Amino acid sequence: MKQELITDAVLVSNYIKGHESALAVLIERHKQKIYSFIYSKVFDRDITEDIFQDTFIKVIRTLKLGKYNEEGKFLPWVMRIAHNLVIDHFRKNNRMPKFDNGQEFNIFSVISDSSLNAEKTIIKEQVEQDVRRLIEELPEDQKQVLVMRMYNDMSFKEISENTGVSINTALGRMRYALINLRKVIDKHNIVLTN
Amino acid sequence: MAKLYIKDSKHFETLKPKEETVNFLLNYSRALSVINCNKLKFEALLN
Repeated sequence: MKQELITDAVLVSNYIKGHESALAVLIERHKQKIYSFIYSKVFDRDITEDIFQDTFIKVIRTLKLGKYNEEGKFLPWVMRIAHNLVIDHFRKNNRMPKFDNGQEFNIFSVISDSSLNAEKTIIKEQVEQDVRRLIEELPEDQKQVLVMRMYNDMSFKEISENTGVSINTALGRMRYALINLRKVIDKHNIVLTN
Repeated sequence: MAKLYIKDSKHFETLKPKEETVNFLLNYSRALSVINCNKLKFEALLN
């Protein structure tokens, strides 16, 4: 009963002077209002608890650093801090949206497994087999350059050294190899996509 | 008899922070000290 007679301003002043018990009285006096205010915005007990804690950490630091300007408005000031922290909380959540895997929304429609499934693996193998067969149909010099470049991962310099032709000739053979492959693919309407 | 869709106010739990949260804040306050040094203020958290 006696506690209620001491105003917030006096308690704040006492706290700044070093009376730690004044803070306990202030928290006890206003905790329900502040907590309810935060809860009315976020509707989550744990988040409310976090924001309540952060609010008072800010209050404590401001008071101890002597930055608080006493105007007899302790509670509105604390409420403003809580309000700002609630806004910060929602801003942070907008930047990193959370997905609940409910019935209306499936997280796997956004995140997919990039590895191939069994069907796609088989199709990929078939496409690669078809490409190999097409390469076999190419003239020997073009086939040689294409195999060295694409399958052996050799540079055109290395190809020219291995085949005994100039780099320009190797480049030309590669170009014709690709043109010829495209021609055959178009002619026979071969589908080489997964 | 008509159904009542409002909760009995007695059953509303009071919204207040956990005891641990309040204790944490009081301990934090006790541990925090501000050191003044040449117009500069430093915060020290002593556990």
